Amino acid sequence: MITEENKQGLFFMHSGDASQPYRYTVGTWGSKFLTELRDHKQFYGIRCPKCKKVYVPVRQVCGPCFTEMTELVPVSAEGKIVSYTILRFQFLDPETGERKPIPYGYGIFRLDGADTNFQHFIAVPEDESRLFIGARVRAVFREERRGSLRDILHFELVAD
Amino acid sequence: MRAVALCLCPFEGGMMARRVAIVGSGQTYHSGGRTDVNAQEMITEAVVRALESAELTIDDIDGIVIGNMDHFEGINYVDTWSVPATGGTLKPVIKLTTGGTTGTTLAIGGYHLVASGFFSKLLVIGWEKNSESDTTAAITTAFDPIWDRLVFAGAIGGLAVEAQAYLARYNHKKEDAARVVVRDRKHGANNPYAHMQKEVTIKQVLSSPPLADPLHFLDMCPRTDGACAVIFADEYSAEKICDRPAWILGTSVRHNAAFSTDVNFDGLKTMESAARELFHKTGITDPLEQLDVIEMYLPYSYAGLIWIESLGLCKKGDGPRLVWDGVTDMGGKLPINPSGGPICANPIGATGLIRVAEAALQIQNRAEKRQVPDAKIALATGFGGCFWTDLVLLGAKKP
Ligand SMILES: [Zn+2]
Repeated sequence: MITEENKQGLFFMHSGDASQPYRYTVGTWGSKFLTELRDHKQFYGIRCPKCKKVYVPVRQVCGPCFTEMTELVPVSAEGKIVSYTILRFQFLDPETGERKPIPYGYGIFRLDGADTNFQHFIAVPEDESRLFIGARVRAVFREERRGSLRDILHFELVAD
Repeated sequence: MRAVALCLCPFEGGMMARRVAIVGSGQTYHSGGRTDVNAQEMITEAVVRALESAELTIDDIDGIVIGNMDHFEGINYVDTWSVPATGGTLKPVIKLTTGGTTGTTLAIGGYHLVASGFFSKLLVIGWEKNSESDTTAAITTAFDPIWDRLVFAGAIGGLAVEAQAYLARYNHKKEDAARVVVRDRKHGANNPYAHMQKEVTIKQVLSSPPLADPLHFLDMCPRTDGACAVIFADEYSAEKICDRPAWILGTSVRHNAAFSTDVNFDGLKTMESAARELFHKTGITDPLEQLDVIEMYLPYSYAGLIWIESLGLCKKGDGPRLVWDGVTDMGGKLPINPSGGPICANPIGATGLIRVAEAALQIQNRAEKRQVPDAKIALATGFGGCFWTDLVLLGAKKP
């Protein structure tokens, strides 16, 4: 707790570095997805038995059909850019409490074999104009993987 | 079995849904840091102004609905914590919160409560003190901790990808979006409650610091402290309280996805679906002709192009033409955001309710320098969560 006073004699109370840690349950399908990602660098989607749509990330229920899904299907670690941006301002990363280094790329990708999009960082090439909607990309994995989306370092242009 | 169910139903015995109107509203003078007051003191300002505008006292109010986005201030018991600042002492108090749509959820929930016949004069309050935390970091905690948060680029990055996809699809220019900022900033200069009351030029927008391509600093709404209070009354009291109540003609709400990646970037699907329902229910066949004014939740400039297409004001890709032609300017065929909109003030939990309050002011002919002459039908929109939409249609004629 840090207290601060301004020139008008008004006080402010800072919460300081207090943190509230959580332990989130990933669930049945998400755990299978993360296991495959960690052990085999393999993406999986989950298919709706009714509309046949393949969802990545995996989840139990197809929203439009409100139907339970149980069929995991392999999905490529390659795909194309649906949209992207290059971040040029710094904000606090609530996961780490740190300011993310800029510039960095953020992309929405359609992996081959999936019917929904997947988001992650994208490596920004020196010539930024080489990033465009429709460009082919692939996932780059970390050496040490622990079962989280951060097992993927980022995506990069396939041409690289 | 059937008999039991009937006994429990409050609508049996002649009780019917009631028509509902807005009879008064109050706002704070929104700013980037209301360091002179704490949040409760700020809320009271809006409540007092709303009661004054309707010439009511707190004793006339039979219930209170309040909301904000809890994680911006880290206070998770807002309904209790805000008594007595709201006037809620020994009254029923309910909290509603749905992210960015909180303000319009408050309005629609308040409407439902009064329409039900259980409340006759309801005070609805939305507020936020965005200066009290890091807005982008706090917004990120609204998203899924496993699939979204680790890589999500905040609200600005999330909107930037929508903008980028739109520019690429139609080969539009950043200038088109900047024209929306120029309009809303010009309108905001007429609004004494707006946080931003200075006009800007297209050149200033495009030379402001880049945030996330293609967005610049001035493409985005500001970070604002503010509160808004609105009084909803049933048909038996509304006309006794004021000469010109703003009647609720209809509402529509759409949530469609939890993950931001489930949204396809070819228009705001929830807006398209909500507009179809609302316009069908209320007999609007040509919104551009039939609506007199829109108060739109535009968190950033590109929404002022993409979402007016989704609303059905023009064909897909034609948003810029409508904006450049001045159709949506004050004096145009269908002015959008006479108040300046969220680009001129965005206290997030209040923002949607401010849209509804401003739309009601237009119908009540109380919008002063920002009044659209003879406005009879006004639309207010809400945006939030994972590309969700709320719509509220207000009118001068009792439905
Ligand atoms: Zn399905």
